[in-house]
Amino acid sequence: MHLSTADVEHIAELAKLALTLEEIEQYRRQLSDILEHFETLKQVDTSSVPPTASVLPLRTVMRADVVRPSLPTDDALANAPDREDGFFRVRAVFGEE
Amino acid sequence: MYHVVIGMELHAQLQTQSKMFCGCSADYWAAPPNSHVCPVCLAMPGVLPVINAKAVEQTVRAGLALNCQIAPFSVFARKNYHYPDLPKGYQISQYELPLCHDGWLLIEGEDGQPKRIGIRRAHLEEDTGKSIHVGPLGPGSERADHPTDGATLIDLNRAGLPLLEIVTEADMASGEEAYRYLVKLRTILRTLGVNSGDMEKGAMRCEVNLSLRTAEQAAAGQYGVKVEVKNLNSFKAVRDSIAYEIQRQTAVLDGGRAVRQVTMGWDENRRCTVVQRGKESSEDYRYFPEPDLPPLELSRAWVEGVRASLPELPDARAARFVRDCGLTARDAALLTVERAVADWFEAAVAAYGGAPREVANWVTGQLFALLKSEEGDIASLPFQPAELADLIRLVDAGTINRNTGKKVLEQMVATGQPPAAIVEAQGLAQLSDEADLVQVIDALLAANPGEVAKYRAGKTSLLGWFMGQVMKETRGKANPDLVRRLVTQRLDG
Repeated sequence: MHLSTADVEHIAELAKLALTLEEIEQYRRQLSDILEHFETLKQVDTSSVPPTASVLPLRTVMRADVVRPSLPTDDALANAPDREDGFFRVRAVFGEE
Repeated sequence: MYHVVIGMELHAQLQTQSKMFCGCSADYWAAPPNSHVCPVCLAMPGVLPVINAKAVEQTVRAGLALNCQIAPFSVFARKNYHYPDLPKGYQISQYELPLCHDGWLLIEGEDGQPKRIGIRRAHLEEDTGKSIHVGPLGPGSERADHPTDGATLIDLNRAGLPLLEIVTEADMASGEEAYRYLVKLRTILRTLGVNSGDMEKGAMRCEVNLSLRTAEQAAAGQYGVKVEVKNLNSFKAVRDSIAYEIQRQTAVLDGGRAVRQVTMGWDENRRCTVVQRGKESSEDYRYFPEPDLPPLELSRAWVEGVRASLPELPDARAARFVRDCGLTARDAALLTVERAVADWFEAAVAAYGGAPREVANWVTGQLFALLKSEEGDIASLPFQPAELADLIRLVDAGTINRNTGKKVLEQMVATGQPPAAIVEAQGLAQLSDEADLVQVIDALLAANPGEVAKYRAGKTSLLGWFMGQVMKETRGKANPDLVRRLVTQRLDG
C-alpha cells in the first residue's frame, strides 16, 4: 500500500505537525513500508478468529463513585507554559467552544 | 411546502459524585478554576483511566427508560481531535458498540396522536474543559508577552465529567415536536435522578440536525441536505433556531439554490443561525477502541436488577392517572410532561379529597393558562397545592361561584394570598340570599319593560340577557343556579 504526498499532508494536519517537504517524503516512504508490512500480515487466515477490541483477559473493571483528593492548583499548573488566575493560558482560539 | 426532517443529539451530564475516569469531584460549577483536577484528567503521561460504576448504571437506567436494548458487551473508543480544552488530544467515547441502542420515546405528535421518536443510541463519554476567550490586553498591562492578541483561558474542572449522549432517529417533523421530545426527555432523566435538567448551566446541551425535502423526495425515501445547529442553550433556543432554519432553507430552495451542508451556531442576540464550519473542514476523528479500558460486560441479571429499580416514569404515571384518577388521556399526558407539575397535581388531589378530575380541570385549564400568560412555572407559584384544594372546596360549598373562583385563582397566582382571605377581603362570597336577589331582579324587570314584554311574547332566548344583567349588578357574585330559577319564576309568573 503506497501513501501519496497528499495522504501524509493530511495525517500531519490531523496530528498538528508542520513538516518540511523532505520530511513528508521521508514519512511517506516509512509509513508506506509499515502499511506494506500489514499487507503481509493480512495474508494470515483469521476467518475463525472473532474480532476483538482488547487482547487482555480483563472485563468490566470499574471503581466505586467516590471522590478522592485532587491536585493542588499550583501543582496542576506547574508545567503550564503560561497561566492566569488559576487558568491555563493559551493563544487565542477562535470559533466554537 | 417542504417536509421537515429533524434529528437531535443531546449531551446530559450524569449525576455522579466523582468524574468518569478518576476520583476528582464532579461538582465543578462554583469551584475555583483547575481545583478539581488530577494526573488522570490532566492527561499526564502514564496514567490509567478507571470506569465510574455509577456512571454506567445511570446510563443503563436512562437506556432502559428510553426502551433501549442494553448491550451485553460494549467498548469505549478514542475520538481524536485537537482543542485546548481536551487535554489528552482525544475524548474517550463510545463508537461501534454503545451501551444502549434502538429505543424510543413517546411524544404527542403534531396531529395530536401519540408518536414514537426513535432513539438510535445512548452512550457514555467524557466532558471537555471550559474555555474562556479574553480580549487583547492594553499596552500598560503586566502581560507584555501577549500585548495585542487575545488569549484563551482553560479550566479543566469539567474535563472528564461523565456525559450521556442520546441520539435520535430523524423522526421529528417540526420545532414543536422537537420541543416536546426535549421536555419529555428532560422529565425522564430528572425522574431517574441521572441529570439535573439545567440547560442554562450546561447540564443538558443539544444539537439539532435539520433538512427539508419535497413530497416527491419523501415518497422516494430520499433526504435533503442536512444542516447541523449547535449552541442551543435553552428549550426556547431549540424551538426558535428550528423555526429560523426552516425559513432560511425554504428560501434557499425556493430560490432554486442548494442548501450547503454546514454546521451552524445559534446566535441568541441576533436571533439567527450563523455558519460555524463548512463541510470542507469536516472532522476526521479516527475512532479506535480505547486500549486503556477493558470492554464492559453487563450480565442480564444485573440489567434486570437496574430495570426493577426504576422509578415510575411519565408514561406509567399518566396511565395511573387515567386508571386511578379517572382523568382523560390528554389531561393525564399534559400533567405528566413535567415532573414538578405531576407532583403538584397529586399534592392538590390529596389535599382536596374529592374527585381528582375536578383538580385536573382547574390545573390544566385555568392554572396552565395563567402560568402561560405570566411565563411562569409551577415551582414558582406563590401558593401551595393545598390552597388550590381550598379554592375548589369554596366553589363546591357554594361560597363562591365558578367564575369568581377563576378570578380568585388569578389573584392567588399574583399575590399568593389564601383563597378564603381574598374572598373575605373583597366581599366575593356568592349571593345566595333569595330575598336580596329578588330585589335586584324586580328592579331589573321594572327598568326593562320592553325586554320583559318580548320575553313573554315568546322570545325566551332573552333569559340569558336577564341573567347577565343580574350578574353584572351583583359583580358576578350571584349564585347562577338560583338566579336562573328566580328570573324564570318572575318572568313566567
